[in-house]
Amino acid sequence: MTKYLIKRVLLAIVSVLIVSAITFFAMETIPGGPFNKEKATSPEAKKVLEERYNLDKPVTTQYVLYMGNVLHGDWGVSLKTGRDIWTDITSKFAVSAKLGGTAAILAIIVGIILGSIAALTRNKLPDRLIVFFTTLGTAMPSFVLATLLLLVFCLELKWIPVWSSSNPNYILPVIALSVYPMAYITRLTKTSMLDALNQDYVRTARAKGVSRAKVIFMHALRNALIPVITYVGPMVAYILTGSMVVESIFTIGGLGSSFVTSITNRDYTTIMATTLFLAILMVVANLITDIAYKLVDPRITFR
Amino acid sequence: MEAQNNEVLKRRQLLSSQIDLSKFNKDIFEKATDDEKRQQDVMGESTTFFKDGMRRLRKNPLAMGSIVVLVLILLTIIIAPMFCPYSYSQITNVGGRRDKSAANLGPMEYSQLETQYMEETGEKLFPHLLGTDSLGRDYFIRVIYGTRVSLSVGVVAAVMVLIIGLLYGSIAGYFGGTVDLIMMRIVDIIYSLPDMLIIILLSVVLNETLTPLLAGTALAKLGTNMISMFIVFALLYWVGMARLIRGQILTIKNNEYVLAARAIGTKDGRILRKHILPNCLSVIIITTALQVPSAIFTESYLSFLGLGVSAPLTSLGSLANDARGAMQSYPHRLVVPAIIICLIVLALNLLGDGLRDAFDSKLK
Repeated sequence: MTKYLIKRVLLAIVSVLIVSAITFFAMETIPGGPFNKEKATSPEAKKVLEERYNLDKPVTTQYVLYMGNVLHGDWGVSLKTGRDIWTDITSKFAVSAKLGGTAAILAIIVGIILGSIAALTRNKLPDRLIVFFTTLGTAMPSFVLATLLLLVFCLELKWIPVWSSSNPNYILPVIALSVYPMAYITRLTKTSMLDALNQDYVRTARAKGVSRAKVIFMHALRNALIPVITYVGPMVAYILTGSMVVESIFTIGGLGSSFVTSITNRDYTTIMATTLFLAILMVVANLITDIAYKLVDPRITFR
Repeated sequence: MEAQNNEVLKRRQLLSSQIDLSKFNKDIFEKATDDEKRQQDVMGESTTFFKDGMRRLRKNPLAMGSIVVLVLILLTIIIAPMFCPYSYSQITNVGGRRDKSAANLGPMEYSQLETQYMEETGEKLFPHLLGTDSLGRDYFIRVIYGTRVSLSVGVVAAVMVLIIGLLYGSIAGYFGGTVDLIMMRIVDIIYSLPDMLIIILLSVVLNETLTPLLAGTALAKLGTNMISMFIVFALLYWVGMARLIRGQILTIKNNEYVLAARAIGTKDGRILRKHILPNCLSVIIITTALQVPSAIFTESYLSFLGLGVSAPLTSLGSLANDARGAMQSYPHRLVVPAIIICLIVLALNLLGDGLRDAFDSKLK
């Protein structure tokens, strides 16, 4: 276990380093520097500025310096707004975390419930309905769902007001974000639940007269949930990327929509910082998922 | 048993298990009747792996329905541009004159100029089946071209993933040992990277850096966004395929027929091509089929972020994105590409699932 833990943490650190290197060197290759203005900066002033911001040093040194700053919480300033990126990221992430967290919890709870129902009523009407909707849910990109929800419920039927920071209504964005992971978890729970229900220990439990509810909840479901844990990491990644479009569509001022704006504005420092921030989140989510999976099911051995 | 048998089995030799028939009384054997002989006949037609899979696939109504839907979509996008007189990039013309009033038409509507023209000449103009967009371009033909672009992005991406994943995975799986260890560590690292973020990032960067490089070449017409999209697909998406193929090869290469082939001195490349790859063909086909919708998903997502194909070329994702601004006044412009994306992805997913069930029930 300790060996696995060390290996896994090392892999996580390596991936964060690689992402940061890709971001840094990718941004370096973009033509044009910060002092390429219409009005030429005088060579002397330029030299002083370059020395001040370490731009005269080799790229690798700049990368090391940048990473050092990142570790100290200095993520640079936005090229467009001139604000400190770290404060921007943390304040906007609070909104995104609330949205994404709600969506994740909703997806997990509803997904598990629907999946169990589908497995228990296999090939009957509830199962068929659930299969129909989950298939539909996995075929619909989040932006399609989000725009359609906005169009139907906000603009046409006017049941739910359009999102504003003074009157935040998270219902539609949460639905838009959670449908895909929910459908996925439902499918996952269904297959593993069916698998668990056919196991010997379930038959034994039934044979010795354990009540049906107890068999389902204590024996089958507990084991069926193990594969669901593996999906938590990918789900975090999905929700983080999905929140970019969903937040832009519902004009929610979260990290996702600000990332999209920084892409359209070509605000490179913000793009870089946000990518790094989200990448760290995803890598950590994957790390926790893998460790949790290992803890829950000790039978699983990794190389 | 032996105690019940009066006759002790007459063996050829003391330790042999062969029975010497000549030592038996011929009478204890009787000829099989024709009826008994017929029991040995194989009644079912002999079938190949492919035929058997197709038979199972044909029994799956969802998969067959998906094939019908996909064929219909394919036929439409091939045939429609042949009889539709409009072009995806051109603003509607009436008698050679640019028609400014043709912008934002509803489905089946004609602009003022067009009605006038039809009244004057008595000629019937081809209707704008889905109206026109804000620049006066026929929307139906734009949707057709968008579907073409989205589908071809999906197919090209899947083929690229297939080629890279196949080469990488088969080399790692077949040679094993240190080669495998190093190659798979690389895969592990790429696998752990957040792919969508890298795709977005690389799309942004490649857009900037490729534009001057490609200016003037034939590739420039495709648009840098499209090329950068292919590059990122090729860089990141093959890892899943490579892992899968490696796993398959690891199990297949321990089979006796591979050992036999190696024993008679067959070369590595031939063993891979003739003995190993055909045996994991079903897995390869299924995964490739499921790669297409996922690539379409990613493409539409990137187009939606404004990182997709460049204008005037369009894809379903960018059509949906463009329609967002005026979605209250012209909802059909959003709904139509959205429905087509869902339909294609749904059909491909169901077909992939059907193929999996038909050809490889072990794979989940």
